[in-house]
Amino acid sequence: MNLTLKIWRQKNASDKGKMVDYKVTDISPDMSFLEMLDVLNEQLINKDEEPVAFDHDCREGICGMCSLYINGEAHGPDRGVTTCQLHMRMFKDGDTITIEPFRATAFPVVKDLIVDRTSFDRIQHAGGFISVNTSGNTIDANTIPINKHDADTAFDSATCIGCGACVASCKNSSAMLFVGAKVSQFALLPQGQIEATDRVLNMVKQMDDEGFGNCTNTGACEVECPKGISLKNIARMNSEYLKASLKG
Amino acid sequence: MALDSKIPKGPIKDKWTDYKNHIDLVNPANKRNIDVIIVGTGLAGGSAAATLAELGYNVKAFCFQDSPRRAHSIAAQGGINAAKNYQGDGDSTYRLFYDTVKGGDYRSREANVYRLAEVSANIIDQCVAQGVPFAREYGGLLDNRSFGGVLVSRTFYAAGQTGQQLLLGAYSAMNRQIGRGKIKMYNRHEMLDVVKVDGKARGIITRNLITGEVERHSAHAVVLGTGGYGNVFFLSTNAMGSNVTAAWKAHKRGAYFANPCYTQIHPTCIPVSGDHQSKLTLMSESLRNDGRIWVPKHMKDVEAIRNKTLQPKDIKEEDRDYYLERRYPAFGNLVPRDVASRAAKERCDAGFGVNATGEAVFLDFASAIQRYGKETAHVKGLNENDAALVKKLGQEVIKNKYGNLFQMYEKIVDQDPYNTPMMIYPAVHYTMGGVWVDYNLMTTVPGLYCIGEANFSDHGANRLGASALMQGLADGYFVLPYTIGDYLSDDIRTGPISTDSKEFEDAEKEVKKTLDFFVTNKGSHSVDYFHKKLGKIMWNKVGMARNVKGLTEAISEIKELRAEFWKDVKVPGTNEEYNEELAKAGRVADFLELGELFAKDALNREESCGGHFREDAVELDGEQKGEAKRDDENFAYVAAWEYKGEPSDAVLHKEELEFKDIELKQRSYK
Repeated sequence: MNLTLKIWRQKNASDKGKMVDYKVTDISPDMSFLEMLDVLNEQLINKDEEPVAFDHDCREGICGMCSLYINGEAHGPDRGVTTCQLHMRMFKDGDTITIEPFRATAFPVVKDLIVDRTSFDRIQHAGGFISVNTSGNTIDANTIPINKHDADTAFDSATCIGCGACVASCKNSSAMLFVGAKVSQFALLPQGQIEATDRVLNMVKQMDDEGFGNCTNTGACEVECPKGISLKNIARMNSEYLKASLKG
Repeated sequence: MALDSKIPKGPIKDKWTDYKNHIDLVNPANKRNIDVIIVGTGLAGGSAAATLAELGYNVKAFCFQDSPRRAHSIAAQGGINAAKNYQGDGDSTYRLFYDTVKGGDYRSREANVYRLAEVSANIIDQCVAQGVPFAREYGGLLDNRSFGGVLVSRTFYAAGQTGQQLLLGAYSAMNRQIGRGKIKMYNRHEMLDVVKVDGKARGIITRNLITGEVERHSAHAVVLGTGGYGNVFFLSTNAMGSNVTAAWKAHKRGAYFANPCYTQIHPTCIPVSGDHQSKLTLMSESLRNDGRIWVPKHMKDVEAIRNKTLQPKDIKEEDRDYYLERRYPAFGNLVPRDVASRAAKERCDAGFGVNATGEAVFLDFASAIQRYGKETAHVKGLNENDAALVKKLGQEVIKNKYGNLFQMYEKIVDQDPYNTPMMIYPAVHYTMGGVWVDYNLMTTVPGLYCIGEANFSDHGANRLGASALMQGLADGYFVLPYTIGDYLSDDIRTGPISTDSKEFEDAEKEVKKTLDFFVTNKGSHSVDYFHKKLGKIMWNKVGMARNVKGLTEAISEIKELRAEFWKDVKVPGTNEEYNEELAKAGRVADFLELGELFAKDALNREESCGGHFREDAVELDGEQKGEAKRDDENFAYVAAWEYKGEPSDAVLHKEELEFKDIELKQRSYK
């Protein structure tokens, strides 16, 4: 396949940035989207031009590092995948593809297509954990029985990879799906109950402080989430938040 | 220097307890005055950082990713072992110990492995307390599955994303400590050297990957939890950023590097599709619990499948060769990884590979779907003879167990594994070699520790499934926090370590010199060009099957390639900005040295062992005819290499392995 790429180039956080056109040829439909970018970069290096910077690591859909906004969609046109799992068979010969970074105030651009998502980490520092000593001197695991349905639902929430597609897809740049998933995982498990009140209050406060917007129930986040994290997590967080607020 | 493994005296079952009872402790008030650096924040580094901070030390943690949560431990799929014996199927600490030593082809250190088995049960308790959502049975208790090389169900799991959930557990424990200010986290920082003062590790030199700034960091001890070096092959199941740099720099500063040639070739990966490929994807070994592995019996069927004139599901049962079940009736599809990998290669080399390149075998779920479907129909009182219903119900069970893996496969290969067998082939996965450590997990450099995949100690020549996660967390949560205290108890009066010393200055200068070289060298080839070339040499001559001629050639080819790299590499951009090519250049430079030592170590080891198959070391007769032949008389040792400049000058030190509690015998899975 031969393709035209329109790519956002931005030297660093303070640079203004602009879209630049590139051509790539001989792209195989079996390549992943990132392998297509590898081809472009090899081409640029050989021409003594600077390669396009983009985030990636495991390339099997689980680390959450890759982050491109492709033709107006986080992780591109396929459903339930990250950019590294997106394959070129989703495109046609001669296509023009627009590639941008995830755009949100709380995700400042580092360079080209790379954004800084450490705001997600800071939300977790505020309460995304269970306060247990890491000594190993805890009780036997089977003395905390957990209903299979609850364990499975907690697992579904816990599979969030923290990629930020929810923020990028949201017209308000809201992080409620991400935070909702984190709050839900612990809210559904008996181990997480004791500090549930502080957890949700602190995490939501940090989320607001980082500059993420509010949720207006548009649902774009759920559609674009590569791991199928559902809106129910937001509802659960809201109810946890309400409970916590009433407790004061 | 003679190697001292510092294995405690006494019976194996008491070693760890006795050791803990007699080591020196650090007073809690003094821990506040002691700094520890941890490099790498995966299962080993992350759990160590959290625990040391919990104990009261000041921890500085470093990772090259944008967040500790991205460490490659997150990609581990199948599960984590623990000798809980919840299933009552005969498991025990001894049995886990035995399986691990045997599965590792008797090339691991008994005392370390026993300790690992001993603390394994605590790991599960710890993780559950932290909120790790392991799979549960309907009664609310923890569920288990079975893995290759063992006959009990001792593997705890969270669908096919166990590594993810365990890593997020360690990450959340870290987050708690970061929130409390006890861990200072440095994301997007790469360690580029270890600094020694008066012979002890006292700090590191790092590069901030965003600004390019080279920084000095000091501490009373340095811990490396930086993972494996499988990316020396270019194509592997490792993340793109996984590298050997931290471990290699430690080696250059005096840490011996042990058994570099021990690489695990994992049997169930998605086959290579073409030259464009940047990495390989693993399909969890847990799939072998339900998937049956086969190739056609007849050449005409192989050809018809390759030409796509015949669908695999249309090949009759009697025309299929379930070669693992045929060769290894006791373990069948659940033989250890090295055995399964070699058997797949043997069938493909004989011409029976089922994809276009002839390098793939089938992993088939059709009979499991039937079995589960009938069982579910029976339980629900539905018609067990309704083929469509049985298939639907069976597919649902399989989806619950392995849904994410099937989805990954479908996205990459564009085929639906619920309806046609998966194609798989062995690929480079985990490295059992690494920095040599003693029982305390300390390297040959005082104050420099190495944990998890980055060290060599627990897996021998082959790693059984679900034991990597176990070692990472055991080292980080339960072993290092004790052993490092014994060392640090001598440092309570040292006070803060200055970074203004000559040692720090010299190390920084050297790092900067290399960075400057890369950005000013007017070469003509990209970093990847060299990395791919290195990978081809490694796979063809130092891969699954090795011989003297190939290894000798590999050594001289790698040497030549390294010389060419330093002359002709091209790195665009500058050092004062985000520059991935520059970061990669340093990593590939280190791979080019490690690769040679790797081949040298393989050449030295004149036996077949684990994933390392010497073509001239093969059983010629008896029940084991055709199987790999180990040589305990001459090679029951750890090969620990001392750096002397060029890899070819490295000096071999031997740690003789003693087997007092397990009898050395031939591994049989028949």
